Amino acid sequence: MSTSVASSESASTSSSGLKPSGLNPSGIGASVLRREDARFITGNGRYTDDIRVEGQVYAVFVRSPYAHAKVTRVDIGDALATPRVIAVLTGADMQADGIGGLPCGWMVKQKDGTDMRSPNHPPLVVDKVNYAGEPVAIVIAETVEAARQGADAVAVDYDELQAIIDLGTATDSSEIHPGISNNLAYEWELGDRAATDAALASAAHVTRLDLTNNRLIPNAIEPRAALGVFDATTGEHTLYTTSQNPHLERLVLSAFVNIAPEHKLRVIAPDVGGGFGSKIFIYSEETAVIWAARRVRRPVKWTADRSESFLADAHGRDHLTHAELGIDASGNFVALKVHTVANLGAYLSTFGSSVPTYLYGTLLAGQYRTPNIHVEVQGVFTNTAPVDAYRGAGRPEATYVVERIVENAARELQQDPAELRRRNMIQPDQFPYQTPVALVYDVGDYEKSLDKALGLIDYDGFSARRKISEAKGHHRGIGLACYIEACGLAPSKLAIALGAGVGLYESGEVRMNPTGSVTVFTGSHSHGQGHETTFAQVVSDKLGVPFDAVEVVHGDTGRVEFGLGTYGSRSLAVGGSALIRASEKIINKGRKIAAHLMEGAEEAVDFSGGRFSLRDSNRSLSIQEVAFAAYVPGNYPDDLEPGLSEKAFYDPQNFTYPAGTHIAEVEIDGETGVVSVVNFVAVDDFGRIINPLIVHGQVHGGVAQGIGQALLEIGLYDSNGQLLTGSMMDYCLPRADDLPDFVVGTTVTHCTHNPLGVKGCGEAGAIGSPAAVMNAVTDALGVDEVSMPATPEKVWRILQGRSPRRMA
Amino acid sequence: MYRFKHHRPTTIDEAQSIFAACDDPSYLSGGMTLIPTMKQRLASPTDLIDLSQVEGLTGITFHSGLVRIGAFTRHAVVANSAEVAKAIPALAYLAAQIGDNQVRNRGTLGGSVANSDPAADYPAAVVGLGATIVTSQRQIAGDTFFQDLFETALEPGELITAIEFPIPEKAVYRKFPNPASRYAVAGVMVARFPRGVRVGVTGAGPCAFRATALENALNQSFNPDALNAVEIPDAGFNSDLHASAEYRAHLVKVLAKRAVQALC
Ligand SMILES: Cc1cc2nc3c(=O)[nH]c(=O)nc-3n(C[C@H](O)[C@H](O)[C@H](O)COP(=O)(O)OP(=O)(O)OC[C@H]3O[C@@H](n4cnc5c(N)ncnc54)[C@H](O)[C@@H]3O)c2cc1C
Repeated sequence: MSTSVASSESASTSSSGLKPSGLNPSGIGASVLRREDARFITGNGRYTDDIRVEGQVYAVFVRSPYAHAKVTRVDIGDALATPRVIAVLTGADMQADGIGGLPCGWMVKQKDGTDMRSPNHPPLVVDKVNYAGEPVAIVIAETVEAARQGADAVAVDYDELQAIIDLGTATDSSEIHPGISNNLAYEWELGDRAATDAALASAAHVTRLDLTNNRLIPNAIEPRAALGVFDATTGEHTLYTTSQNPHLERLVLSAFVNIAPEHKLRVIAPDVGGGFGSKIFIYSEETAVIWAARRVRRPVKWTADRSESFLADAHGRDHLTHAELGIDASGNFVALKVHTVANLGAYLSTFGSSVPTYLYGTLLAGQYRTPNIHVEVQGVFTNTAPVDAYRGAGRPEATYVVERIVENAARELQQDPAELRRRNMIQPDQFPYQTPVALVYDVGDYEKSLDKALGLIDYDGFSARRKISEAKGHHRGIGLACYIEACGLAPSKLAIALGAGVGLYESGEVRMNPTGSVTVFTGSHSHGQGHETTFAQVVSDKLGVPFDAVEVVHGDTGRVEFGLGTYGSRSLAVGGSALIRASEKIINKGRKIAAHLMEGAEEAVDFSGGRFSLRDSNRSLSIQEVAFAAYVPGNYPDDLEPGLSEKAFYDPQNFTYPAGTHIAEVEIDGETGVVSVVNFVAVDDFGRIINPLIVHGQVHGGVAQGIGQALLEIGLYDSNGQLLTGSMMDYCLPRADDLPDFVVGTTVTHCTHNPLGVKGCGEAGAIGSPAAVMNAVTDALGVDEVSMPATPEKVWRILQGRSPRRMA
Repeated sequence: MYRFKHHRPTTIDEAQSIFAACDDPSYLSGGMTLIPTMKQRLASPTDLIDLSQVEGLTGITFHSGLVRIGAFTRHAVVANSAEVAKAIPALAYLAAQIGDNQVRNRGTLGGSVANSDPAADYPAAVVGLGATIVTSQRQIAGDTFFQDLFETALEPGELITAIEFPIPEKAVYRKFPNPASRYAVAGVMVARFPRGVRVGVTGAGPCAFRATALENALNQSFNPDALNAVEIPDAGFNSDLHASAEYRAHLVKVLAKRAVQALC
């Protein structure tokens, strides 16, 4: 059952090759157009900055121009005297109000068994600045202009200190945080060091590689924003903000930062224009805004400008890695040893500690049977913006290490890189597969994706294409990446045992309204993923109700019971599973009501396609009729509560393991060094696919970001800690004309442990593509390594046989 | 952005007298450079003199051997002009390479040339085609107009009213865009006139200049290989995150050869 609109949509998309599998034209497997897009593309989205509350005033932050400095005095006199400025608040005011530091949500145990070292992170600087752009004071005024003028008038005395910027030498430099020696948050390890060393020592061949994973700066279209409202009569605080996880924000602000008890704090994340991870975290500015709203008894709004986003959003990646891969005489991987120095920035951001450890080291088995793996990670403080999860979070870094070194090994052994990988892949009959780095992969068929990708890119035709490029004076290369990721974060017990401060289940509520429409509440948050469409498809399919009769509500702690939000490709696998569980409860209760109404036994009532039918009879009732009976319980079972609304919390039993093969083909201009990605194939196994159109869109976006990392993007600081790439003039995001037409394919093995059989697709594009592109670049150039991004001058210098120029 | 006063004169004289009467005035043309600079608080003029209503600053006209383009003409107008495309296709092409649609629909020829951004495109055409800058006071030869980084021959208050581009036999513009900003890392205009070849270079140095060594080689033999032996010294060239002086010098030669190739 569906509306004509929905069926014409799926007809139009099926002409593009995306066919719905089932009967329901807007159910699972249908390429339904995203229902949220109409409001987004017509400018009718409702973002935080669009929300206006009577009497609202505006905040501007005073930010440190220095990366490392003692603050000896903050004089707010002139600022307070600025016309229309109503308050200037500092870190000292915050402390006096008992507002605590921003916590890191994941306690990593060091290899010696001790806890990681986490410095206090006051939302507003109290006496020392640790990165350029760190907020020192908040100025609140009747207009943004006045607030800005007020901010200019705040006089801060700084005693500049030596900035520690270079990641390679930070552990030998003076302490940033007193008492945290060597600037080390932790030294962490995973795997069997002795066995790995022994296997490497006896390996027939060892490939060694030093890699950098470049710092990236997330750039969601919508910058961060917050509007804090305090109701003095009820004591309720409402924070509208750009969050990927409003409930977590509430939890942290309440339990750790001491803003207000949870029942007096509501966090609303309305339409949010992209996040890529950067809006997971609990930041200084949002915290200061809600606190300030109570102080000044006026609603306070702050919207970051793009320069502030560059300076003060958490950055991503930034690793230095040495890796060694041991291979026996027949080409089997016998050991992988990895040492990584991970830049954590100036403070431990909300999940900053977990990204280069549990989300990275655990993925180093890749798709292979490598029996011995050891990884050691040093998490290092520098005077740079905090580093945390960015699309892929640890898994792109892991894939980059594994897939770059495997590719180089194949070249050293003069083997076909596809065949060396194939030889080492975990076979379908080996699942569940326990890797040497903690994870148990549940299912997969890696060769199937590899073969499909090789076919789609016409791997065999590459040498002919290379000849054509060479005839034009160009260099052509091809590169594979067979990635795996752990998604669907995460089994709570496991995560908590490993140091997580929260569980990682998800909540869902399915509320059948009396007239048969359905309101769905999810703790996941959509900020570009299309949940309002996908989740409606899932529930519409499960309950057999029209797609258009299902509304999805998210992003409001006042409406949704609880939630842990959206990141780590977890929404559908965890949040969607909660909705399935809640829907099952609806069906079970509906079955009782239907049995009563049809005067049959509950066990004899079947449910399918939205109807309850009594076996061996011609009696049946629609779910809408049953819902009506539940709310108007005249003829109703005595032992049953009225109403038809059910909740579920779903805690996954394992991670999900999307995997696939990405292949990039590049052409390099022999005269200028410009790298063009001329072909890109992504074949992914995401398990069951609910909406192919959305999934393909996610892959496209992720691959674009990965190509951006490989060829264009880098966050650079100078030696004083000034951000050199602080605007779009210098930080190069990929644009449509930087990208080829992507060829996207899928293979399917169903996740074995969640009810939908889904795995997650949000990050894969960004995980597989950097390694594929860089393998292609190094193939074209005939070199072992080119650091990302492979910019024109860098490549040109390699073509000249010269060493690269230092960029900063 | 700081507070400023906005003026909207309708004649060139009025614009100039407002300029003379103000504390720290600035002409406002398309605003594509000036407004972002003000937003970032790198400039804080007390008065903006908006040129959008000033008579006589727009229009494309054709005179004996010249294309005359009013200073307030938007990049998009030049890029989309069939007449310009017929007379000097390289000029229409160059205008189409500037920024993006939004920038081309706002930015103007006069603003671009007056600004003398080392990475701007139009200056390559001014120098490469030997254009004349027509101002409220006088005519200035393109060759002497650009003086340094953001410095031109304009006197305070002097207003560009039009630019006259001589029509070459053939010309080609080649640009190596900065991957992030899409401004020119290097841009080269090669033009053939009956009296010889002109090569205008932007992006590489502090301001646009004529590459006389390339011109000499091409005047002897107009083909790409004639440039192989030409040395392009990089002394004084720009060097930044995206390209060293040395790489820019290399690009100038590559672009010049590609332009010549397209002309042969
Ligand atoms: C995102 C972006 C990308 C861009 N990319 C490119 C690019 O690829 N290539 C490129 O060449 N440019 C590029 N630009 C710059 C653009 O071309 C601007 O239009 C140009 O630099 C300035 O022209 P304007 O009309 O906007 O001048 P304005 O910004 O209004 O003025 C610039 C300066 O010139 C002065 N001025 C303006 N008109 C006159 C006049 N008639 N007489 C005397 N002085 C005058 C003003 O007082 C001011 O000082 C880009 C700009 C942006 C924002």
